[in-house]
Amino acid sequence: MAAFKIFRYDPDDVRGPYFQSYDVNTTKGMTVLEGIFWVMENLDATLAFRCSCRAAICGSDAMHINGKYRLACQTQIDKLKPPVVIRPLAHLPVLKDLIVDMQPFFDNYKCIKPYLLQKDEPPEKEYLQSPDQRRKLDHHIDCILCGACYGSCPVAYGDPKYLGPHALLKVLRFVDDSRDGAGKERLAMVASEFGVFRCHTIFNCKEVCPKDLNPTGAISRLKNKILAEKFPILKFLAR
Amino acid sequence: MRFHDVIVVGAGLAGMRAAIEAAAGGADVALLTKVHPLRSHSGAAQGGINAALANNPESHDDSPEKHAYDTIKGSDFLADQTAAITMTADAPRVIFEMEHWGCPFSRTDDGKIAQRPFGGAGYPRTCYGADKTGLYLLHTLYEQTIRLNTHYYEEWMVLQVAIDDQGACKGVVALNIPDGAIEMIGANAVIFGTGGAGRMYGNTTNAHVSTALGLAMPYWAGIPLKDMEFIQFHPTGLYRSNILMTEGCRGEGGYLINSEGERFMKRYVSEKVMELAPRDITSRSIATEIEQGRGIENSYVHLDLRHLGKAKILERLPGIRELCLDFVGLDPVTSPIPVNPSMHYTMGGIDCNADGETRSPGFFSAGECACVSVHGANRLGGNSLLDTIVFGRRSGAAAAKYAKNLPKAADERTLNKAHQKLQERMAHYSDPKGTENPYKIRDDLQAAMPSKVGIFRTEKELGEGLAGIRDLKERFKAIRPVVKTRSFNMDRVWIMELAGNLDVAEIVCDGALRRAESRGAHFRRDYSKRDDPNWLKHTVVTYSPSGPQFSYSETDIGRYKPEERKY
Repeated sequence: MAAFKIFRYDPDDVRGPYFQSYDVNTTKGMTVLEGIFWVMENLDATLAFRCSCRAAICGSDAMHINGKYRLACQTQIDKLKPPVVIRPLAHLPVLKDLIVDMQPFFDNYKCIKPYLLQKDEPPEKEYLQSPDQRRKLDHHIDCILCGACYGSCPVAYGDPKYLGPHALLKVLRFVDDSRDGAGKERLAMVASEFGVFRCHTIFNCKEVCPKDLNPTGAISRLKNKILAEKFPILKFLAR
Repeated sequence: MRFHDVIVVGAGLAGMRAAIEAAAGGADVALLTKVHPLRSHSGAAQGGINAALANNPESHDDSPEKHAYDTIKGSDFLADQTAAITMTADAPRVIFEMEHWGCPFSRTDDGKIAQRPFGGAGYPRTCYGADKTGLYLLHTLYEQTIRLNTHYYEEWMVLQVAIDDQGACKGVVALNIPDGAIEMIGANAVIFGTGGAGRMYGNTTNAHVSTALGLAMPYWAGIPLKDMEFIQFHPTGLYRSNILMTEGCRGEGGYLINSEGERFMKRYVSEKVMELAPRDITSRSIATEIEQGRGIENSYVHLDLRHLGKAKILERLPGIRELCLDFVGLDPVTSPIPVNPSMHYTMGGIDCNADGETRSPGFFSAGECACVSVHGANRLGGNSLLDTIVFGRRSGAAAAKYAKNLPKAADERTLNKAHQKLQERMAHYSDPKGTENPYKIRDDLQAAMPSKVGIFRTEKELGEGLAGIRDLKERFKAIRPVVKTRSFNMDRVWIMELAGNLDVAEIVCDGALRRAESRGAHFRRDYSKRDDPNWLKHTVVTYSPSGPQFSYSETDIGRYKPEERKY
């Protein structure tokens, strides 16, 4: 048995938001996602949450679990100190229970042109890219856009216009891609007041990322590239 | 009333690729998806996508013809050969296109797309991005739909296909999950790319959202399903959770080891092939080892990667390492991975041709929910991602062309009738007299399928399975009422999914009971040989109120004559 305390909210319920406690019948190796399913199927079928792959690759189930933003499917119950307290992602409007409106999060992602802007006309076969050039994309391309970083970011809390760690990481993914021809345009785009210089280098995003990525590091690299672009004497920064 | 020239249902690889192509063909397209596109199960694909690019030094004389032959032989000769040749011929161009759109494939030293060996393939032919190929392809296609400003209906779940009196498809009726409303959307063409149906089985690699509802809806609307008895078990699902451990593990040189520390595959296939036998054979071999007492704790075998070394594991299989650390707390660099065969893929699906066309004009399908058939009785690893992109593209083009010359207006009469039909079905889920717990019924189905319609099958077990499923269908008629919340009523969603799972599970089981031979993934202990004179044919199942109606259709045999399948 493990005690769960889950955030509840139904837009049609006059009570407004509240926490509800449940006793979950746990088994060995059970994840928080399985625990939430157990509650929904056995105690309260009105509980709403998102899930899909249950293998930490689809990014559906980022939530706030015992003080940390993480994926419910990737978190084992017996590694947590009871009670297991679960809230939805922060800085995004709650739609129902553990489900938030991801629209602002994806709007920020969409406005950075998150697609390859080809440098050259496509060849008949593939663009050639050396293993070293490809290695520069390692990690950035593993982002699953779950929103854990965004929920944990104190700047995103204060400023919904801030692009956020997920969108900025994606910018570096394209800036670093040898096939992309819009590097300068991309750097100019994020040199704005809602871009990289809004980041306070707090590292919460790195701390919580379920894929062990480092958006803060990516943002710092973007800052350096922008500075190097502006002040040729700082060219050494543009790795 | 809402109307689009083309509606695509499902935003995984097949659906998004179809939508992009239909838009390129001049159609006004909308994509409906019950989960955000990036949550689609395509993203969980790991090992790679096949094309005869001949980029690997060992594959310099590979060709689309050889790829087609491997595919057909892998299918145990049930694949339609013209379709398989179409797929393998299209393969290089669609993969280059994904690369041009930014897909971050791993690279050879000379900068080309890297390729690794995979089961049942004569050459290293599987293009990969580490062990996250599906994730990279999915994000790349999503990025393209952002670029093209594709119209999405996110978290809209289609529940009914609207078919007019002439049998043509005129749109869909869908649940707006956030809002709780049931809405009609008219269309001149509908493309289903709803993916797999793994959740009929408890021991599946598939996502929670991969249910058989996407197959059941067209079936209920009169569109036949094909070859549903052919269920692929992936040899290496993580023990207990059944999370996929890619075939790439073995492609990179991983071993399968039994409780006696032996590489047992030598008992089943040639020394040259070993762990890289096709999935049906490898899964049966593992099941046999466990059955004969050489499993570890009598339940699994080891997938051993330790000899590959840390550097190679980190470079080629980083995702596998993450999954092992997160879900079983072991590091494959230092420990072998406990694995067992897990339900993975439905070779069968909506009966369609290589342009996605079905019996119903205006209704198309592509990807795992479709059965063209290119996979026949057993799919080769790396061919499913290829299938989604090749046939997604082709069905998108065909649907746009079909929709082009039809009047741009919703057929309100047909849509209203479909809406009415759905309301009747849903009213039954709210019957206050019901008492059965739907989740108990689901659990019972998921327990029955692996044991009665599993890797090894017999008439007796299949008969018991069929009776059991029919019993579950009876119990389902008396389920407790669905909860009453409006917004994000997930109880309603899961109950609808279960309705699809039950009906399709019955077809899988009944089809397996009728097919008195062994072919590919369908293995009957009581008919252990392939029987071409009687069974070299597709199973076709059509809905009737009294139960599924079975008939059979010819297999397209071309230049490759059926021969004994040896590896």
